[in-house]
Amino acid sequence: MSLLIDVGTVLRGTVCDLYSNLVTRPTGAAVRSAIERQVVEIGTPVVTTIDFSQVNVLDFSCADEIVAKLLLRYADADGPTGYLLFRGINDSHLDPIEIVLERHALALVALHDGFAELFGVVTENERSHWETVRDHGPVQSEVVARMLDVEPESAERQLEQLRHRRLLMRHVNGFAVPGTVPELA
Amino acid sequence: MTTVISVPPSLDDQTFEHVVEQLAPVPEGAKILVDARHARWASPFGLTALLCVAQSRTDRMSFAVPEHADTASYWSRAGFFRHAAELYDLHGTVPRQRDAHESDVLLEITPVVKTDDVHGVVGRINQKAAEILHGQLGLDTAITGAFGMTLSESAGNIVEHAGQGGWVAVQTYKYLKRLGRRVVVIAVCDAGIGFRQSLESSPSHRRSDRWDDGMALEDAVLRATSRFRHGDKGRGQGLAGIRRFISRWNGKLTVRSGTARIAISPEWDEDVPMTEGLPFFPGAQVQITIPERIGDATVRAKSAVSARPRSRERQP
Repeated sequence: MSLLIDVGTVLRGTVCDLYSNLVTRPTGAAVRSAIERQVVEIGTPVVTTIDFSQVNVLDFSCADEIVAKLLLRYADADGPTGYLLFRGINDSHLDPIEIVLERHALALVALHDGFAELFGVVTENERSHWETVRDHGPVQSEVVARMLDVEPESAERQLEQLRHRRLLMRHVNGFAVPGTVPELA
Repeated sequence: MTTVISVPPSLDDQTFEHVVEQLAPVPEGAKILVDARHARWASPFGLTALLCVAQSRTDRMSFAVPEHADTASYWSRAGFFRHAAELYDLHGTVPRQRDAHESDVLLEITPVVKTDDVHGVVGRINQKAAEILHGQLGLDTAITGAFGMTLSESAGNIVEHAGQGGWVAVQTYKYLKRLGRRVVVIAVCDAGIGFRQSLESSPSHRRSDRWDDGMALEDAVLRATSRFRHGDKGRGQGLAGIRRFISRWNGKLTVRSGTARIAISPEWDEDVPMTEGLPFFPGAQVQITIPERIGDATVRAKSAVSARPRSRERQP
């Protein structure tokens, strides 16, 4: 089960129907709370896609309140069990988002023209494993190990770490980038 | 007896210090006339800061309107008298209030008191910003979103930290003195509690003998410290983001608060990085300047660029 949340619609429905800019911290907090309510109401979907395409200006405060705090909740042991995926992020959104990701040592998966990209704080090792899964997934850890010429245990550990960070998910056929495969384990 | 505070003929962030120098020694309760009769030009910083002058005292001041018709007319179009009439007893001929149709006034002087005001400011400026920043100043289209974000963060600081309302204005003009080309300037001024008192209210604040307005500015502007940072490391990113913005667009940031002023300057400017021991003025006064882009040439000052002073300078 997946859920698509249009942040622009949430903004207009929650804060003010005239707003199209995600600015100020109280606005960000209100929008995040509304998103969290939707996730709870639908019963924690496996993949929740947060769509920024209808958002004009995104400032640091809102990037922190929405993107960073949602990711932090999902990373928490007591947080929701699903995965977050972002889309509709343009270049001007990316600046504040990258700063808050860096501040909190977080990373996210975003779709751009249907292509998954990884943003934020990841090691080179994490990135190479993640990109291998993106390009070949769903894929088993042994296959990733062969492709990257690393020990299978090392690949498995790295992929599990990425899954723990909610940047990859388990699929019947191995590891996959959230939102890029139709069937779930 | 009335104390007369003379407004310099050209009022900007530097010459505003002459206003503060005259104002600071005047005791609370004294009658004050702010005399702008001979003023000929004012930057958005100058105009918003003049409104803060009125807010800095409990007693209502008098204000003598510029005598030159063009000056008074421009101040009127920038929205100055609309707000000044509520704060000062105005003397002189105030031009009939008209909307700002001037293309160089991106945002006339706008009060910022609550979150909705920040939304209003960002919403109003966005379309016009794209036309002017890209169309007139030759800046990459990517600046528009970042400009809105910078405006939001700087104006939002008033709502979150000042403890009272403030003012924002955005304008383009030709910066002849140092640059010889057009600039876009964001001025965000308030007469609230200022950076020092704001940071002192943080549970993690540790007083030290060296703690003063200069250190508070360094903490907030250079080290992204916020009074809300305690328990929430996501706070304090607004000013850091503004610094990134000015760095990317070859701009300049100055922040004055209390008795200190910090400047983050590009190579076309020679401002002093930190000035301390200034006459006290409450609140925080921020100015962000982004220069026009001409071809791929690096923007340089009109005069020969000398080594910028990097050390702290304490004013006598």
